[in-house]
Amino acid sequence: MATDERLLTILPAWNEAESIDAVIKEIHQEFPGTDILVVDDCSRDATAAVARSAGAKVVRLPYNLGVGGARRLGYRYAVEHGYDIAVQMDADGQHDPRYIRDMVAALADADLVIGARFAGEGEYRVRGPRQWAMKLLSMALSAIAGTRLTDTTSGFRACRGELIAFYSTNFPVEYLGDTVDTIVQAKRSGYVIKQIPVSMRPRQGGTPSASPAKAMVYLFRSGLALLLALVRR
Amino acid sequence: MRLVFVTATTGLIMLVVIFELLRRRQLREKYGALWLVVAAAVLPLAFVPTLLDGFTSVLGIASGLSLFLFLSVVFLFLVSVHLSWESSRLEEETRSLSEEIALLRADVAELQESRERVTTP
Repeated sequence: MATDERLLTILPAWNEAESIDAVIKEIHQEFPGTDILVVDDCSRDATAAVARSAGAKVVRLPYNLGVGGARRLGYRYAVEHGYDIAVQMDADGQHDPRYIRDMVAALADADLVIGARFAGEGEYRVRGPRQWAMKLLSMALSAIAGTRLTDTTSGFRACRGELIAFYSTNFPVEYLGDTVDTIVQAKRSGYVIKQIPVSMRPRQGGTPSASPAKAMVYLFRSGLALLLALVRR
Repeated sequence: MRLVFVTATTGLIMLVVIFELLRRRQLREKYGALWLVVAAAVLPLAFVPTLLDGFTSVLGIASGLSLFLFLSVVFLFLVSVHLSWESSRLEEETRSLSEEIALLRADVAELQESRERVTTP
């Protein structure tokens, strides 16, 4: 990976005090000296303090904006501080920082790289309506993006240059919009999207944001998000 | 006659409430003006409910009041859409403000740190 390009890893975190320390240390171990930004989405626990003492930069939102809002702030920070590459990860330890290297390498011929869970590596499985929703989204978005995307809701992404600036003002902040809409928007604005396989690990702490009972709602909302993403100006 | 009493009192109360809210600066003028105009338009009708009947028979609507009800539903629909739009915009504005605050606080913390490093070597 090129050494002269400045890389920022964005970790949106909400009540992740248990896991954030390990995640930050692991990234620093893989990439010594890299900058990590924790966007604390107004956590009620010590997330911000833990992250700061682990050596990350911290911005703390005055009230909860949701994961999309936190990510947008991360991109805005990246723009204002002149970073060339932004990697967004989850703060719960599901994403393995070892893949950052591959993702950044893949940025050589793409603007947006998605770390996909179903692309061969790892054991990640979902069932029922949630699986249908994900299938539907991947099919539709693959067609739109003109490349095979198997995991469109993945929060493990890397992007560079102009796209960071684009996301800092346009990142959709609504639920699912932040994963679906971003791909549609990026493609529409002429950016190249690529995916690389990653494996997921079990969460190190915190609770998953969606329960199986909400799967049907998820299916419905992803359909709506997709529809809106397509007709939006 | 009792009907007129009910509608007239309602209309008057509405007018007084809006006026009072405006007087206490609880309503932005643009909204206050809107509701005052509505109240002023409705009030004559509250005193004389049959006022519109002549006009509606031309349109083929049986009673003046059903035209009035129809128009009020349309009007309320437009108002609520406008309010949804307005609150979406406000949400976006407060969102940008909170981003700004978060970034500023991070900058301030960094400055403070670097200043402490200078003063206590």
